[in-house]
Amino acid sequence: MKIAVCVKRVPDMDARFRISADGTSLDEAGLKFDINEPDAWAVEAGLQLKEKAGQGEVVVLSLGPPAVQETIRKALSMGADRGIHLAADRIPFDGFSIARALAAELKDGAYDLILFGKMSPDSSNGIVGAIVAELLDCACVTAVSGLEMADGKGTAKRELEGAQEFVEFTLPAVLTVDEGLNTARYPSLKGIMAAKKKPLESRPAQLGEPMVTIESLAMPPDRPPGKIVGEGAAAVPELVRLLQNEAKVL
Amino acid sequence: MPNILAFAEQRSGELRKVALENVTAARALADAAGGEVHALLVGGAGIAARAEQLGKYGADVVLVCEHDAFKDYNPEATAALAAERIKSGGYRVAVFATSAQGRDLMPRVAARLGVGIVTDVTEARIDADAVVVQHPINIGKVIATASIVSTPAVIGLRPGNTTLAEHARAGKVEAIQPVGDPAAARVKVKEMKVGASAKLDIGDAPVVIAGGRGLKSAEGFKLAEDLADAFGNAAVGATRAVCDDGWRPHSEQIGQTGRVVSPDLYIAVGISGAIQHLAGMRTSRTIVAINKDKEAPIFKIADYGIVGDVAEVLPALTAAVREARKSH
Ligand SMILES: Cc1cc2nc3c(=O)[nH]c(=O)nc-3n(C[C@H](O)[C@H](O)[C@H](O)COP(=O)(O)OP(=O)(O)OC[C@H]3O[C@@H](n4cnc5c(N)ncnc54)[C@H](O)[C@@H]3O)c2cc1C
Ligand SMILES: Nc1ncnc2c1ncn2[C@@H]1O[C@H](COP(=O)(O)O)[C@@H](O)[C@H]1O
Repeated sequence: MKIAVCVKRVPDMDARFRISADGTSLDEAGLKFDINEPDAWAVEAGLQLKEKAGQGEVVVLSLGPPAVQETIRKALSMGADRGIHLAADRIPFDGFSIARALAAELKDGAYDLILFGKMSPDSSNGIVGAIVAELLDCACVTAVSGLEMADGKGTAKRELEGAQEFVEFTLPAVLTVDEGLNTARYPSLKGIMAAKKKPLESRPAQLGEPMVTIESLAMPPDRPPGKIVGEGAAAVPELVRLLQNEAKVL
Repeated sequence: MPNILAFAEQRSGELRKVALENVTAARALADAAGGEVHALLVGGAGIAARAEQLGKYGADVVLVCEHDAFKDYNPEATAALAAERIKSGGYRVAVFATSAQGRDLMPRVAARLGVGIVTDVTEARIDADAVVVQHPINIGKVIATASIVSTPAVIGLRPGNTTLAEHARAGKVEAIQPVGDPAAARVKVKEMKVGASAKLDIGDAPVVIAGGRGLKSAEGFKLAEDLADAFGNAAVGATRAVCDDGWRPHSEQIGQTGRVVSPDLYIAVGISGAIQHLAGMRTSRTIVAINKDKEAPIFKIADYGIVGDVAEVLPALTAAVREARKSH
C-alpha cells in the first residue's frame, strides 16, 4: 500500500498573535511551530495501515518555506519513509492554491491513499483535502474518526452534528482525519536518529494565481467587560434577574 | 443580475436550521446587489414539500432534485449537481453552511468549478470585483478580511451566525434532474445513526450548557442535563478533556478540534476556559461562567460569573430557571 500524508507546519495557538506592519500577515517572531495535530493523526493512520499490511510506503508532503522540512522530519521520525518539500516563500492563505500544488505533485505518484488533517487551525478552512481529491478525481471521505480497510475497500466513520455516518469508499481515496481516529505516537530517539538519514526531496511548489487574498487582519473586538455576580448559590437570584432583564435570554 | 444560490441542507427529509440561515443570509446579499435567491434542495422522495419553507425565508426560486439516490447524503452526486447548477445559472455567490455536510460538500463544488472558497464566514458582501468576507483565523484569535476574486465565489457561513428572518418570496419550485447517474458513486453512505435522543443539537440550540472537568464524572453531567431541561431549549456540550475521558461523546465537544457554536446564551460550568475551548464559543451572545476558582480564565470572557461549587450552584440555578420559565 502506497500512502501519502500531507502535513502542515502551524503556529502554536496559545501564542499572542501580532499583526505585521503590512497589515495582511502575522508576525512570526517568537512563535513556536509544530505539525498540525490532525496531520499527526493522519501520519499515525498511515503508519498503522502500512504496519498492518506488512509492506508499503508512507510519503510525507509539506508545502511552505524551508522551515517546513522540520515538520516533515518530525513525521519521518514517527516512522514515515521519505519526504517531499514543495518550496514556497510562505504558506499561502488560499487553500485552493495549496491544493493545486499538492495535487500536481501527487498526480503521478500512484498512491492508494492520500491522507490529510481535517483542518488547520491557522487557516481555519478545512478545504485542502477535498479539493485535492476532486483535482485528482478520486474518492474522498472527510472528517474520518473511524477506519477499516479490507480488500481494496474501506469503511469510515464520520461525526455529524448529533449523528454518525458510516461510509464505504473505493481506492484510490483521499481521507481527511478527525479527532478520535487514533493517538499519534511520539517519535522515539531511534526514530529521530533514523529520520536524519531518510530521503527528503525539495522542489518548487506550483501554486498558480491565488483566488483568495487577505485584505486585512484585525484582532477581534473585545467583549464588553463582564462581572462577577457573586459567590455560591446566593448569587443565583441576581444572575437570573440579569439574564431576564439585561441580557433578555430567559 | 447578481443572483445568489443558497444550498438548503436537509437530514432525513427535514430541513436543517442552517438551510434557513443560508437562505436568510443569501436574501440579504441578493437585496444589496439587486438579484434573486435560488435555493438548491436535494433529497429523496417527498423532499419537494420542504420548498415552501425556503420561500418563506426569502427564496425566489427553489431548485428541487428529488431522487432515491439522494435520500442519504450523496457527496459526489450532490457536488456534481451543485457545480453544474451554479455554472449554468451564472450565480455570483454560492452559499453553503459550515456544517459537517457543508464542509464536505463545498470544497468539492469549488474544486469542480475551479473557483475561490472560504469557509466559516461571519460576514459577506459583494464588491465590484470581489466577494469580500470576514473569516476568523487562528482559532478566532485574529479576524481576516479576505477577497474572493473568482466568479462565482463559494462561501460557507458559520452556523448560528445568521439570525433567521422571514422575507416571504414566491419560492417557485423548479424540478431539476441529477447530473449523470447519482447511484454510481465511489463513496456511499451505508448508514446514519442519529444520536440516542431527539434532543436539540448544540449547533441549533439557543442555549448551550457546556460542562468541563469541574463536573467530576460522567454522572456529574446530570447537573448540566437538569439545567438544560429547565431551559427547555438548551443542549449540553463539553470540553475536550471531558470527551477524551469518555464522559461525553466527541460530537458534543466544543472548541478548536470540536464544534463552533454561537448560541444566544452559553453557560460554562466547571470549565477553565483554555484558549482552544474559547475558539468554539467566543462568539456566543451572552456567556455565563460558573467556576470555583475566581482566577479561571473563563471569567475573562464571561458576561456574568458566579464563583462557586457546581454541586451547589447548579441545582439552585436549575430551580430558579424552572421558576422563571413557569411565570412566562
Ligand atoms: C491542539 C489542541 C486542541 C484542543 N482542542 C480543544 C477543544 O476543541 N475543546 C476543548 O474544550 N479543549 C481543547 N483542548 C484542550 C484545552 O487546552 C483544555 O485542556 C481543556 O479545554 C480543559 O478542559 P476543562 O476546562 O474541562 O478542564 P480543566 O482545565 O481541568 O478545568 C476544570 C475547571 O473546573 C473547575 N472546577 C473544578 N471543580 C469544580 C467544582 N466543584 N465547581 C466549580 N468548578 C470546578 C476548576 O477550577 C477548573 O477551572 C485542546 C488542546 C490542544 C493542545
Ligand atoms: N502547506 C501545506 N502543506 C501540506 N499540507 C497542507 C498544507 N496546508 C494544508 N495542508 C493539508 O490540508 C489540511 C487541511 O488544511 P486547511 O484546508 O488549511 O484547513 C491540513 O490538515 C493538511 O493535511
